[in-house]
Amino acid sequence: MSIQRSPRTARRSAVLFAALAALLGLALAACGGSGSGSAPSTSAQAAPKTLTVSAAASLTNVYQSLGQQFQAANPGVTVKFNFGGSDQLAQQVVQGAPVDVLATASSKTMQTAVAAGKIQGEPIVYATNQPQIAVAPNNPKQIAQFADLNKPGVSTVVCAPAVPCGAAATAAEQATQVTLHPVSEEQDVRSVLTKVETGNADAGVVYVTDVKSANGKVAGVSFPQATAQGVIQSYPIGVVNGSQNAQLAQSWVSLVTGPQGKAALQQAGFTTK
Amino acid sequence: MSRVPRFLWLPAALAWLLVAVPIVGLVVRVDLSNFFSLVTSEAALSALWLSLKTGLATMVLCLLFGGPLAVVLARSQLPGLPFIRSVVLLPLVLPPVVGGLTLLFLLGRTGPIGGPLYDNFGITIPFSTTAVVLAQTFVAMPFLVVSLEGSLRTAGERYEAVAATLGASPLTTLRRVTIPVVLPGLVSGSVLAFARALGEFGATITFAGSLQGTTRTLPLLIYLQSQDDIDGAVAMSLVLVVIAIVVILVTRTRDVR
Amino acid sequence: MSRLSADVAVVRGSFELDVSLAVSTGEVVGVLGSNGAGKSTLLGVLAGLHLPSRGEIVLGERTLSSPDGSVPAYRRRVGLLSQQALLFPHLSAIDNVAFGPRSTGAGRRAARETAERWLAEVDASTLADRKPAQLSGGQAQRVAIARALACDPELLLLDEPFAALDVDATPAIRSLLRRVVRATGVTTLMVTHDVLDAVVLADRIVVLDAGRVVESGTTTEVLARPRSAFAARIAGLDLVPGQSCADGLKTDEGTLVAGTHPDPVDDGERAVALFAPASVAVFRDEPGGSPRTALPVRLAAMEPHGELIRLRAAPRPGGPDWLEGLAADVTPAAVAELGVEPGEEVWFAVKAAEVTVHPAGR
Repeated sequence: MSIQRSPRTARRSAVLFAALAALLGLALAACGGSGSGSAPSTSAQAAPKTLTVSAAASLTNVYQSLGQQFQAANPGVTVKFNFGGSDQLAQQVVQGAPVDVLATASSKTMQTAVAAGKIQGEPIVYATNQPQIAVAPNNPKQIAQFADLNKPGVSTVVCAPAVPCGAAATAAEQATQVTLHPVSEEQDVRSVLTKVETGNADAGVVYVTDVKSANGKVAGVSFPQATAQGVIQSYPIGVVNGSQNAQLAQSWVSLVTGPQGKAALQQAGFTTK
Repeated sequence: MSRVPRFLWLPAALAWLLVAVPIVGLVVRVDLSNFFSLVTSEAALSALWLSLKTGLATMVLCLLFGGPLAVVLARSQLPGLPFIRSVVLLPLVLPPVVGGLTLLFLLGRTGPIGGPLYDNFGITIPFSTTAVVLAQTFVAMPFLVVSLEGSLRTAGERYEAVAATLGASPLTTLRRVTIPVVLPGLVSGSVLAFARALGEFGATITFAGSLQGTTRTLPLLIYLQSQDDIDGAVAMSLVLVVIAIVVILVTRTRDVR
Repeated sequence: MSRLSADVAVVRGSFELDVSLAVSTGEVVGVLGSNGAGKSTLLGVLAGLHLPSRGEIVLGERTLSSPDGSVPAYRRRVGLLSQQALLFPHLSAIDNVAFGPRSTGAGRRAARETAERWLAEVDASTLADRKPAQLSGGQAQRVAIARALACDPELLLLDEPFAALDVDATPAIRSLLRRVVRATGVTTLMVTHDVLDAVVLADRIVVLDAGRVVESGTTTEVLARPRSAFAARIAGLDLVPGQSCADGLKTDEGTLVAGTHPDPVDDGERAVALFAPASVAVFRDEPGGSPRTALPVRLAAMEPHGELIRLRAAPRPGGPDWLEGLAADVTPAAVAELGVEPGEEVWFAVKAAEVTVHPAGR
């Protein structure tokens, strides 16, 4: 029996090995591919162009719809988005990532790129966002002002200070001089909204755009201090130095800061200038 | 003793490197000058302590409930056993976030179980350390059950049959024969469950939230820090890696005896 | 020690075991059968490890199994010794032996004393503190014997107890088991496929084929004059009862059958001489010369046996009964050369080296 089995085992192992090798080759090829692909193609005139835009995650929906419009208006151009945390995106640009446009969710993060000499000219602040309290529809706990979040029996969730949306709560706390006692500091906006939507938390401190994105599953309660200096969140945009598509990049900035961009931003809850 | 066929060395080495190289990358990335202060910050120590505490609690829960489950899976002739087993294995394939959401829907303040608990007793499970342990138990349970069921099947029922013919009641047999015979599997299963609990992130953050000292375990802290303080995150990751390696090494070497 | 009576049936798929048997108090009964005859299933049912499909098992005053219910294995007081010693790997030899007494309520000290006594009984006192992994197969089986007997079973079941042992270790363990089983007088049922086990240990044998009892009787009866084809096939040996003596075996009327003693056996002890029919030479006249046993017989029958002819013996007038049925397998050419017919008187001769003498049931 053992005599009969050993060749078969060997054959099976050989097949397995071949499969493994193939898999490995494939993985390596894929890595190599993505590496060279993300680099902007050497500017051949007739070749189709790709515009790479790094944008804060909170801009995802707005930018995607604007991207459609941009591509329609500029045939042969593909807009590629790189959505993520503003800090990471700015870091990537500083490290020399092949990006044409950088759009962050705070002036501070944009400033790191500016300081590194990576932005052409002055970045333009084209939109703002402000904190708002997300509550269950109909506001069952009757929260009217920021201080109500500390009422007994009200459980509040916020974003952790370290993550972008955490700035909402931190800034609001400073402006209102109310120190919150949240039951949880979540890792992102979606988690805060989920806790409020499912009724596990009574309130969450997020941005107006976040409340808007919940499509009515939560209601927003505004408070006056939200519009104070330093609480408001600015959205700057700039063309990256060394962009291979500087012209296109500039048209993208124009689109975002123009009427079409304003309409889309306002629809998402942003305040535009 | 038995020689390893030569053609297995290359893929074996690649497999090992796939795991080891990122760890080496982590070690290299560590900011040694600040390492000590980074890992002894209040937030770090609180997260470390919470992780160890909840990991141990998870291990105990897995033993208390997963142990009996493994015995049932290995020894009973229940109809539908393959189905029951595949359900137990689900947390292995399910994204932990999904597990966390399910727990949130079930045990949250408006859930079918959490609702009555809150309405009648004012108990809120999410955002509590209990929630952390539940989330960790959810993802860690299969590790103990699978490992222990394997040991039970390997040991077979022969020793238990002998014990019965020697007059040992089922309870005595369990205590004096079954458990000692499968002890290595029990230990390694518990260690795996503990290690898995230590690394648990998705289910915890979804179900339990994240608050220093209450629900923010080491992985949650690492993720949070990776948003703005990469050095701190890397240092804490290294601590996690070291704990895991020590725990696994200690129990494995004892296995081999 | 109790009398066992069992009348059970087990249906498993297409296989059906349907056995009725009784073992008297203190009797040792061997159950013979080939693989798949249902021997181990029978023991499992008696031990309480499997439930019978129907039937009744009574041990002494107690009904162990009946349509009304079944006593669980751990309350049966039925010991089981298998091919594998199956010592608990985490316990030392002495703790293995003490396991039964401890489990049935004895105190730590009492259990240990019982275990020490039984280890001494199986000549394994020096192994007391060893772990099973440090024991040889034969040593482990000794400890397993002590363990099975230490909880004072009312019925002892032996499941091919020597099948997994080295050939060298078998005779010593077999004679040890014979000694302790006789000494305790425990009612014993042993299943085996090896005739020799039955010869040495059993008072009586039951032959099982395809789940049914096809034959039963004393060991010598069944083996010497098998009535079923199956028994004949498994027997296949010539068998002479008597008493062991220095040169081999002496029959009751004083015939010496020269042979060797692979199992330890005392002079004067009841014993059986065994030899293969193929090793028997047949002569017209009394042969002389080399150390061999020559038995005067009358030729009773001739039958084909594979490529050979099997000659069956019967006693000559006034000769001993045990000659009845002795077989000699010879080539057709040899038969032709001899020119014998059934009814004629011939000599069966067998060399001492071909004869083994074993201790036998009472």
